[in-house]
Amino acid sequence: MSDERPTLTRDEVAHLAQLARLAVTEEELDLFAGQLDVILGAVARIGDVAAADIPPTSHAVPLQNVFRADEVRPSLPREDILAGAPAVEDFRFRVPQILGEEE
Amino acid sequence: MTQLHELDAASTAAAIASGEVSAVEVTQAHLDRITAVDGDVRAFLHVDTEGALAAASAVDEQRSAGAALGKLAGVPLAMKDVVVTKGLPTTSGSRILEGWVPPYDATVTRRVLDAGIVMLGKTNMDEFAMGSSTENSAYHPTHNPWDLSRVPGGSSGGSSAAVAAFEAPLSIGTDTGGSIRQPAAVTGIVGHKPTYGAVSRYGLIAFSSSLDQAGPFGRTVLDTALLHEVIAGPDPLDSTSIPQPGPDVVAAARQGARGDLAGVRVGVVRELTGAGGGYQQGVLDSFRAAVDVLAGLGAEIVEVSCPNFDYALAAYYLIAPSECSSNLARFDGVRYGLRVGDDGRHSLEEVMSLTREQGFGAEVKRRIMIGTYALSSGYYDAYYGQAQKVRTLIARDFAAAFTAVDVLVSPTSPFVAFGIGERVADPMAMYVNDLCTLPASLAGTPAISVPCGLSDETGPALPVGLQIMAPAMADDRCYRVGAAFEAAYTAANGLILDQIPQLGAVR
Repeated sequence: MSDERPTLTRDEVAHLAQLARLAVTEEELDLFAGQLDVILGAVARIGDVAAADIPPTSHAVPLQNVFRADEVRPSLPREDILAGAPAVEDFRFRVPQILGEEE
Repeated sequence: MTQLHELDAASTAAAIASGEVSAVEVTQAHLDRITAVDGDVRAFLHVDTEGALAAASAVDEQRSAGAALGKLAGVPLAMKDVVVTKGLPTTSGSRILEGWVPPYDATVTRRVLDAGIVMLGKTNMDEFAMGSSTENSAYHPTHNPWDLSRVPGGSSGGSSAAVAAFEAPLSIGTDTGGSIRQPAAVTGIVGHKPTYGAVSRYGLIAFSSSLDQAGPFGRTVLDTALLHEVIAGPDPLDSTSIPQPGPDVVAAARQGARGDLAGVRVGVVRELTGAGGGYQQGVLDSFRAAVDVLAGLGAEIVEVSCPNFDYALAAYYLIAPSECSSNLARFDGVRYGLRVGDDGRHSLEEVMSLTREQGFGAEVKRRIMIGTYALSSGYYDAYYGQAQKVRTLIARDFAAAFTAVDVLVSPTSPFVAFGIGERVADPMAMYVNDLCTLPASLAGTPAISVPCGLSDETGPALPVGLQIMAPAMADDRCYRVGAAFEAAYTAANGLILDQIPQLGAVR
């Protein structure tokens, strides 16, 4: 039952790229469609394992929420943070327009 | 006479502590070595000449003032570029972070610097640590010092090549699916992936958060343990860091070097020893000889079966891409790094897509899309959910094996170093490099790679690695067995790195 998946189409790859915010080119779509299909075909054998009753593991070590004391601590200087930003205005990150004109 | 850059870390530290040499002389010797050979090896993305000499000079001043120095004070180190360093460029091998200078230090960086270790610079890597050859670096490939036409492994290939090329006695790598152990194996050095949570992830640029773990490289097991000791331990800045201190790995390395493994039970993992093919014969021959050496030291050898290891590759290449698709969402062109298309006409979302398109390389895009697919509704249970269940089964295989044996062994990688360009067009051919290292990654258990021989099956003599795996928080077993093997192998054959071809004009 290894790989009963339908082949990943070029349109589906375009959709994935859009979800992932990647403005991929036409050439990349051709390349990735084939490559992603091969990779998904190889990892699909995960379905061969009978694991219905097995609990999932998200982390190798048991995790519990960690609290710290609610104390004021110095944060990084604002200038140091903004120094790495691609665009800054009035001591803030300058962001491209979020809403279109008509909205 | 041995030159300064050829000394191991422990000897270098001793020479500095005794006043035989200054830390500045040691640092200068390594900077000179980098100048001489890094044009060929290309291990570094950034060399911090000024900062390194200043740090070395500070160590010399502290010493002359009579201050207590750390065990590795004055010893140079190369830092993988995935670890953030205040004031030093940090790119994670990606264009999207080109020119970014972090405003803070990772905990690993802080601990290294606080120990008086001299950071020489930042090393090349596969972009965001995704790869097994360092060819996915956005900047340039790194060349294996054993054969410059071959890869140094990956993703920590700059760190492995720097140590193998005697540009630094120590380096830091990170290992998500094998990115410390596999490059150590193919460059003939020692590399250890600590128990997940043993070393803080604060300040590591995240790839797959449930798997990422920083660890040490060295040319000897003892050096590797000394660096492990510096970087490991609880950290309040990482909520996944294990709150208890780990075992004494330095003592374990010293104990192992005495060469007695009587009473130690070693399990050979049937699923990782090439029964189904796909392993190079030279690798298997070296591995078998290494197991005989362990038996000769008094270890009891048994074969162990871990049937679910056969699914580790599939589980890993679902879990890691899924986590990366989420982690790399932070690269949105707003707060740091590259921004493309911000011309007043494109919307934020378009700028984001154009930035990520231009800033990420092909392998990163592939993994983000695989992860996006595996996490999407309708596929989640069949892919990501199932992979997490298989992760449980792999951890259970380890747990069952460790009731019968103290450590498990396998080759570190099925192959010796391959040629640059040989596997780039075929992602699956690259992924199988991690076949032996993935189970310990998924289980969060520690594993070390120690050089165990040379294979000339594909041309020149190239190093093979022995992987030694232990239960969580029993990293000391890796070091003990690794040091015992190293001592026996070296006594019989000499140091593997003594056989590395000369680089540049002098070595």
